Amino acid sequence: MTATQKRVFVNRIVMALSTLSAGIGLFFLFWILYILVSNGVEAINWDIFLFEGAPPGYEESGLKQALVGQLIIVGIATLVGVPLGILAGTYLSEYGQKSKLAETIRDISDIMMSAPSIVVGSFVYAIMVVPMGHFSAWAGIVALTIIMLPIILRTTDDMLHLVPTTLREAAFALGAPKYKVIIQVVYRGAKAGILTGILLGVARVAGETAPLLFTSFNDNFMSTDLMEPMASLTVTMYNYATSPYEDWQRLGWAAAFILSMFILSLNILGRLVLLTKKGK
Amino acid sequence: MATICNVSEEKALEIKKLQFTYASADEPSLKEISMPIAKNSVTALIGPSGCGKSTLLRSINRMHDLYPGNKYEGEIIYNGRNILDAKEDLINLRINIGMIFQKPTAFPMSIMDNVAYGLKLQGIKNKTELKDRVEKALTDAAIWKEVKDRLKHDANGLSGGQQQRLCIARAIAVEPEILLFDEPTSALDPISTQGIEELVTELKEKVSIVIVTHNMQQAARVSDYTGFMYLGELIELGKTEELFVTPAEKLTEEYITGKFG
Ligand SMILES: Nc1ncnc2c1ncn2[C@@H]1O[C@H](COP(=O)(O)OP(=O)(O)OP(=O)(O)O)[C@@H](O)[C@H]1O
Ligand SMILES: [Mg+2]
Repeated sequence: MTATQKRVFVNRIVMALSTLSAGIGLFFLFWILYILVSNGVEAINWDIFLFEGAPPGYEESGLKQALVGQLIIVGIATLVGVPLGILAGTYLSEYGQKSKLAETIRDISDIMMSAPSIVVGSFVYAIMVVPMGHFSAWAGIVALTIIMLPIILRTTDDMLHLVPTTLREAAFALGAPKYKVIIQVVYRGAKAGILTGILLGVARVAGETAPLLFTSFNDNFMSTDLMEPMASLTVTMYNYATSPYEDWQRLGWAAAFILSMFILSLNILGRLVLLTKKGK
Repeated sequence: MATICNVSEEKALEIKKLQFTYASADEPSLKEISMPIAKNSVTALIGPSGCGKSTLLRSINRMHDLYPGNKYEGEIIYNGRNILDAKEDLINLRINIGMIFQKPTAFPMSIMDNVAYGLKLQGIKNKTELKDRVEKALTDAAIWKEVKDRLKHDANGLSGGQQQRLCIARAIAVEPEILLFDEPTSALDPISTQGIEELVTELKEKVSIVIVTHNMQQAARVSDYTGFMYLGELIELGKTEELFVTPAEKLTEEYITGKFG
């Protein structure tokens, strides 16, 4: 074989292998989606939104407590995590820059991003649940906030970094103080990127089960008391899916379907924000 | 020793033995530079790449202070005070000494908000006053006709040349006494360049201008005085027509006749 023939041959093999791998990945992805949608659509009806959990065999059972609990836990975690993450990312990009402290924070948050979420769950269990003596929604909120924080912090840092230095200098050259340069010029320039980071961060924590099992635990009935255990879609789904009762399993599918659709739409929204930004 | 011509006009600035060292550098990038900047005139700075033109320009509005560790020595006298003094109010200084950059720096906001930005920083809130001053600045920057029907549109939708004139409008809206231009046309096409050059010569009625340029023809076209810099030193400052025709220094002659650079 000549060198050219060999190159063409190797090229074909690599292409065939990578196409095959992509095909296998896609196959399983669509299989999962198919099972999820077919079971989910069948399981979904208005009752799910109207009724709380009930013992197996009851007609009037639903996921109301889990939907409300999910909204409360993820909502408050977002309300706390987003401003904290944006402020911390702003510190890194605009104040700390390449200082030792800033680089250390970046390293730690990179490690935290890849830390298994169950570790975060057991940490919060140790510092909150054990001293309080019982599970609580607050503990779940803290766990999700800890998971969300490094994601938002790092995307904010990266996105602010992409804003050209000359844009900042131009604002300073007009006599703007630093905080106004950041709020009025730098944030505006990075708006789409930061928003995408927030959406992805929320999507990530919305699907977490492990850290909630140790913290907010579960509740079969509606509760809005943050000091008490609270249901969430993920933990409820875990419980129902592993139960032997068919009507509970059906509720588990419904929870899985609603959760997946929620996360899918967050992801699509994130992409759209970026696309419209680029389209301009 | 450098040859520095006398300036007949009043002086907008007087630079005295200015030495500047970047935080990361061992050697100063500007070495004992002394020169006057004439009022209501255009002073061009020319010289080969890396000779310190931008560094000198950015000392005048203390842009280097944005980054820690940079060091100035010497004096820049403006309105009777040394603006390199640690007590100088940089916000006030930069309102009086504006700057235009090489690449247009339109903010990600509407055309109107861009030009009003500096005015709002000064606390001007009255809508009609803002509108009037924005219109005046855009007119003076020769771009009013092109944008008057789309003031609410995103400034990034303008062409490069239009954006650069928008930046000039934004800078002159706050009525500075001095304007610093760092290669304002090097990212622009010839027609836009001509527009900016005409603008610079018109603007000197109201402001004193320092312009850095790579282009000697541009310096000859727009400036009254030209300074030639080389390796961090000011070699010669002369009336533009004299410096280009009968340079006093050998280095200047070699540079303008294209022997190096
Ligand atoms: N941030 C910096 N830190 C350290 N040294 C710098 C920095 N910026 C510029 N320098 C150095 O200072 C010297 C002068 O640079 P300057 O940018 O002022 O040159 P210039 O005349 O504007 O060149 P050009 O025509 O290429 O824009 C150069 O030797 C450059 O390497
Ligand atoms: Mg330069």
